[in-house]
Amino acid sequence: MSALPVSPLSACLGLLAAWGIIGVAGLVRPMSVRLSGRLLFLAGAVCGLALALVSLWALELPPEQLVLPIGLPDLPFHLRLDALSAVFLLLLGAASVGISVFGAGYFRAGEGTAPGLLCLQFHLFLASMGMVLLADDAYAFMFAWEVMALSSYFLVTTQHRIAEIRRAGFLYLLIAHMGALAILLCFGVLHGGHWEFTFAAMRAGHLTPLWATIAFLLAFAGFGAKAGLVPLHVWLPEAHPAAPSPVSALMSGVMLKVAVYGLLRVCFDLLGRPLWWWGLIVLAVGLFSAVYGVVFAAVQTEMKRLLAYSSIENIGIVCAGAGLAMVFAGLGMAPLAALALIATLYHCLNHAFMKGLLFLGTGAVLHATGERNLGKLGGLMRYMPWTAWLTLIGALAISSLPPLNGFVSEWLLLQAFLFTDQIPRAFINMLLPLGAAVIALSAALAAYVMVKFYGVIFLGAPREISLMEARDCGMLERLGLIWLAAGCVLLGLAPVQVLARLNAVSTLLVGTGVGQHAQQWWLLAPLVEGRASYGPSAFFLGVLALVLLTAVAVRIFYHRRVRLTGAWDCGFGPLDSRMQDTAEGFGQPIRHVFQPFFRIERELPSPFDHDPKYRVIVSERIWYALYEPLARIMRRAADSVAWLQQGRVTTYLLYSFITLLLLLGVVLA
Amino acid sequence: MTLMELLTQSLEIIVAVAAAPLFLGWINQCRAWLQNRRAPSVLQPYRTIRKLFHKDAVIANTASPLFRITPYIVFGAMTLAAAIIPSMGTRLPFTAAADAIALVGLLATARVFMALAAMDIGTAFGSFGARREMMVGFLAEPALLMVIFVASLISATTSLPAISEHLATAALGLYPSLAFTAVAFTMVLLAENARIPIDNPATHLELTMIHEAMLLEYSARHLALMEWAAALKLFNYACIGFALFVPWGLAAGAVAPTALLVAIPLLALKLALAGSALALVESVSAKLRVFRAPEFLATAFMFAVLGLLVHLLLGA
Repeated sequence: MSALPVSPLSACLGLLAAWGIIGVAGLVRPMSVRLSGRLLFLAGAVCGLALALVSLWALELPPEQLVLPIGLPDLPFHLRLDALSAVFLLLLGAASVGISVFGAGYFRAGEGTAPGLLCLQFHLFLASMGMVLLADDAYAFMFAWEVMALSSYFLVTTQHRIAEIRRAGFLYLLIAHMGALAILLCFGVLHGGHWEFTFAAMRAGHLTPLWATIAFLLAFAGFGAKAGLVPLHVWLPEAHPAAPSPVSALMSGVMLKVAVYGLLRVCFDLLGRPLWWWGLIVLAVGLFSAVYGVVFAAVQTEMKRLLAYSSIENIGIVCAGAGLAMVFAGLGMAPLAALALIATLYHCLNHAFMKGLLFLGTGAVLHATGERNLGKLGGLMRYMPWTAWLTLIGALAISSLPPLNGFVSEWLLLQAFLFTDQIPRAFINMLLPLGAAVIALSAALAAYVMVKFYGVIFLGAPREISLMEARDCGMLERLGLIWLAAGCVLLGLAPVQVLARLNAVSTLLVGTGVGQHAQQWWLLAPLVEGRASYGPSAFFLGVLALVLLTAVAVRIFYHRRVRLTGAWDCGFGPLDSRMQDTAEGFGQPIRHVFQPFFRIERELPSPFDHDPKYRVIVSERIWYALYEPLARIMRRAADSVAWLQQGRVTTYLLYSFITLLLLLGVVLA
Repeated sequence: MTLMELLTQSLEIIVAVAAAPLFLGWINQCRAWLQNRRAPSVLQPYRTIRKLFHKDAVIANTASPLFRITPYIVFGAMTLAAAIIPSMGTRLPFTAAADAIALVGLLATARVFMALAAMDIGTAFGSFGARREMMVGFLAEPALLMVIFVASLISATTSLPAISEHLATAALGLYPSLAFTAVAFTMVLLAENARIPIDNPATHLELTMIHEAMLLEYSARHLALMEWAAALKLFNYACIGFALFVPWGLAAGAVAPTALLVAIPLLALKLALAGSALALVESVSAKLRVFRAPEFLATAFMFAVLGLLVHLLLGA
């Protein structure tokens, strides 16, 4: 392979530049859906595929560096492609193929931003995410990070004529910048007084434990805000529903993972070996986010909000894995750290595919019905079979059911949790298996959420007459969905092959990989021989064989007679679609069991009301406990500064004069 | 993979599929005796299944294909589960592909498909049943996983046959942690198999039913498969219990036909005892309101976590 004329890094750069060019090309005819929608998005998908292939190749190679003489004078961009970047580039490329192909069929004229401009923002967003992954100095990193935040902000506010969407976009931009500030400060700490902002210098620098901890906390806050960890998650349930579905898919599936990449890069690479108790913090926040996210997902009544909360859950699981890896790495238990780290990366890959698939599925539903409220959907499996069956794969995968991909990462993570009985500190030994209990709980709750999501949208009777006119999505959209669904299936059935690739990352970060302790190529056995193994392909074949055997046996020994008739109405007369369980009703057990999580406002009718109304509003306590007091304090501070503005020129001249005097004093002293 | 291992594997599946309705019949008989009723024959579940297979399937015209394939998926999943659980021997070639966590995942897959199928027709009962079943599931599944984790921590493996082999051959010591988890497991078993106090298999009371509510739209062969799968699920849970808490008598190590000759009658004995114990528990307890179910299952979860803590504290 090395005989090829290009290196992987330059190939990656070329592809990112191609994305940029495709974006600019959209401006040639900004109103043309056919050019930007059909042609350019497909070209973007080809770039994504090439990027995925190149990064697969780069995974096998040693790290590669490059200095690009662009940017400010004397501040060239340093770029580096190592295994960690390559895995996330692979995620970016592979997930974007499906999303771009879907986008090619999805975007229509007349929905907010002009298609050509949207094309520019979309591809700039893709290219900037790639640049974040390649950056090897703080300048390049922050530059790409900001381009990513801004381009995604414009994508979120595609339908900027709606006030709510502008508000959601503003909230997103605000928290993104708080995060960026924290990251900037983190780099400020990391350079350690040498004024060298390349990552190579940061790696070589030595910080005292106190400063290293400060850098870690800043990085955790900054990247956690972007990833959507509780309590900085509030932008996610606002921004995801506001954005067009392919953008939500990209943000949730890929951008959140770029934040995870940043966290891993700082904690495992730039800071050297993490301290073990940092891991406990990350683990605790991750586990809390996981349960918090899934509990709130269960009570949502808007399909994209539901998925946004589910993203918080999944990011929580990813962070729990990263935290566990940090605990192990900090205590010098490299093989276990490798296992936890690989489970983390695996879940990142999985989530990109399954959440992308689900968001695109909701996009197809949205275009077919114009409805995003679960209370007005239902029965779409009959009218949109392609979307329904492909989304089913995503729903089953995210519920971590075998043999699909969500189960593999859950399995690996649980194995990592179960191995903790060798930790020298007794109390961590006690605490960590409880983490396994939380992971199990959130996985089971995810199944609950997905049954609600899928059942209410696609099954049952349509809750509105107009739904019967819903038509399935077009060919390109189907292709996009198929690509992501195939990813879910493949990542589920071939974990051994995926693990072999991911080993390069854990070798880079914690010094060792995870072994393969089985002779069979299809059997996943990452630990000591005989400890645990899982063979998804055999498992799948087993289920398939038994299901087919049952079906054939029933056919042969009995008959296939079927009579079609109306549903059983208990003899009370015809059923109608409003008798089905609603989305609110389906969330009711969760409201009951997890009551302390919610702030519930109820409006109950009295028996004498002529027009009785029952209303219940479930919201997050965090708005009232944290954000509103914070906003009040800010407003008060701003008010108290306001008296400086007297509105008279003489006063302002006086300010200038005093400042001048003070400066003179400083200069003279 | 020797011929004998393959034989054990297939024997386990066949015995489970064939004997599951018998186990159910035996429990019903014990219950009838305890409640001073005249007992139906132990073969009654077979007759019911046979009758259902001969009927014409009546399906709602709004049913999607998902509704029609679900009985086969559920039945297939339960059969595969029977292949993973060491009920007679511990040398099962297929268990390399699926450990105890995968078993829990398999049971969850069956549950999710059942809940989805129940929501498919769009009747009030179906979605009610689905909602309640998933509520029981999200509490029972982590509790079951915790039970399994305690056993895996004791025996340092998540492979179910290896766990029972370890527990059967270890010196006959007392495991206080397993005592806690055994209580948790019994509670999970009752909840997951729609038994009293969570659900009552004998009634169709609309306010409280869970499992039956999901099956209301099924008839004939589909219903037969669902009922059979439910019996198989109960049988499987009983066998998981044996594998974790009373693993003695399993044909461990390289299987000889003689070992199987001991294991099969012993399994029958264990099932007979477990069945009557289950009937006793069901007869002396009352059905809980649906909203007491989370408390019941949270107790089970806490017992399992307690078992885990006891294990970590005492190392046993």
